[in-house]
Amino acid sequence: MLRYIVRRLVGAVPILVGISLISFLMMHMAPGGPIGAGTDLNPKATAESRARLKAYYGLDQPLHIQYGRWLVRMSTLDFGDSFSPDGRPVAEKIKERIPITLTINVLSMGLIFLVAIPVGVYSAVRKGSLFDRISTVAVFTGFAIPTFWLALLLMILFGVKLGWLPISGISSLDYGSLGPLGKLADRAHHLLLPVLLLGFGGLAGMSRYTRANMLEVIRQDYVATARAKGLPEGTVVFRHAMRNALLPVITILGLSVPELLGGSVIFETIFAIPGLGQLFYQGVMSRDYPLIMGILTIGAFLTLLGNLLADVGYALADPRIRQG
Amino acid sequence: MAETLLDVRGLRLSFATEKGSVRALFGVSFSVAPGETVGLVGESGCGKTVTALAVLRLLQSPPAIVESGEIVFRGEDLLALPEKRMCGVRGKSISMIFQEPMSSLNPVLTVGEQVAEVFTAHNVCGKREAAERAVEWLRKVHMPDPSLRAREYPHQMSGGMRQRAMIAMALALTPSLLIADEPSTALDVTIQAQILSLLRELRERERMAVLLITHDLGVVHDFADRTAIMYLGRIVEIAPTRELFADPIHPYTQGLLASLPGKRTGEKRLPSIPGTVPDLSNVPPGCPFADRCPFRREALSRFLAREVPADPLAVCDREDPPLYEYSGGHFAACHHQRTVRGGGAR
Repeated sequence: MLRYIVRRLVGAVPILVGISLISFLMMHMAPGGPIGAGTDLNPKATAESRARLKAYYGLDQPLHIQYGRWLVRMSTLDFGDSFSPDGRPVAEKIKERIPITLTINVLSMGLIFLVAIPVGVYSAVRKGSLFDRISTVAVFTGFAIPTFWLALLLMILFGVKLGWLPISGISSLDYGSLGPLGKLADRAHHLLLPVLLLGFGGLAGMSRYTRANMLEVIRQDYVATARAKGLPEGTVVFRHAMRNALLPVITILGLSVPELLGGSVIFETIFAIPGLGQLFYQGVMSRDYPLIMGILTIGAFLTLLGNLLADVGYALADPRIRQG
Repeated sequence: MAETLLDVRGLRLSFATEKGSVRALFGVSFSVAPGETVGLVGESGCGKTVTALAVLRLLQSPPAIVESGEIVFRGEDLLALPEKRMCGVRGKSISMIFQEPMSSLNPVLTVGEQVAEVFTAHNVCGKREAAERAVEWLRKVHMPDPSLRAREYPHQMSGGMRQRAMIAMALALTPSLLIADEPSTALDVTIQAQILSLLRELRERERMAVLLITHDLGVVHDFADRTAIMYLGRIVEIAPTRELFADPIHPYTQGLLASLPGKRTGEKRLPSIPGTVPDLSNVPPGCPFADRCPFRREALSRFLAREVPADPLAVCDREDPPLYEYSGGHFAACHHQRTVRGGGAR
């Protein structure tokens, strides 16, 4: 198993290089550039000062040289410095943003599993029941409504009309003066709406997926065998059916990493959450090349890691793959 | 028969489908005595497996609906039992083994766990003892290296080994009735013979009754005390096996036996029964076999050729024949044979 993991990790290196190359080229194909953002509308900026800036950032070199330089720096895990006025190291910027994005995503992921799996299992076991039909309508409604639009509606309702929840950011102005418990409560207060919304959006897919798997498994011969043994229905469902039905969910979990990172871009922008997604958005808008490349590389790495973890997790859970 | 273990009486069962109700069993009646082996033979879709699943109440309801009939096991109507007590019957008094050993075992549990589960489910003993007994049973079904195999998963075993594990599971609590649904069909010929001889050995040792479902006439011939032939959701003939093979009464049984290979020599093609089985959702009135029956066909052609003034077998198109008794214990559902041979009413 260890050998397998090492082999997969080594195999991930060329994939990462490939992803970074494509990202790099696409980024440079996009109109505009980091220099233009600061100089285009500035009457004092001369052609000479622009050229100087270009040379300073190395943007006057041909693309392959630029990419080569970036790759060489990356190989020593140096992400470079941001083009933004603060000029801080990209690694540092990413590091301070990651925990927030991760917290929100892990919480909403947990919420999805906590709700979607029981709903899916119960719908499958009682297929065609009132509960099944109501939950089907509910999750499809959730699936059909664009999350960003629903977010705005809920912000108006809970934030503006009712004034129950803050509508942006992750902490209040007096956050610094609060005690540890107060800090926790304040954070929870701010994250409630984003986490619930993010979870609501993902609920449909996961619960339908669980339901479909469960229906598939319940028809299997070994479930009939379990019943023929005289096992009570509960044991048949939980011990024999559910275990098999949830195996593919492990894969889904691993594959959802890029989705989470991608979704965070829109989501964090709406809620003004200072996470990785928002940073990426800002980076793209100001053509901050080192920052964009840094986040894309981290994202690609996390995606590959997620796939690997999913495969390892699946192998641990399913004896057929473990020994096969 | 002095004693009956299982008595199925007039079982009518249908499935609710989107296009309305489709009847699968049209009043199936048979009985199994303690220690007796009854073969249930018929082609695919004739209702053999549905009958077996109905006895254990393993059909999902809906769509399956028992319209009428009784399934009396040791004097108790199983159809009237609450689900909880039915669980106590399944696996303990009546067990079942299925056709497909490749898919009948749970892929994520070890074989030992799956056999041991029978003991713990029926509160026979604790987990540790159940595991020991499971190994013991795997040994009894001649699983090679039983204590090692008990810790393995189904995918690590061959079809024959899996079917042995299924048999161990089914017999673990020495049930008085074993329902074996095509236990050897999915296996290759040598393994088939091994599994059947194992079943025979265990049947004798545990003195259990077996309801053997198969479409293989050779298997029932060697294995069953009595044989019932099913056609389109009915039993059309039931008799002691030896007698059924020596003197088949129903034209369907006659056709089946005639189409067995090896009976004649020199012919290139095996004889077959003309026509096809009617669709269950559109069963014509009268005898279900009338359409394909040589007696009926002959009578009709003679009538149409005006050789006879009246259609002698018009009754076949009107009435579904009940089982008439011929010599002791030999029943067949045929209007024609009743007139010719004079069977008594059942």
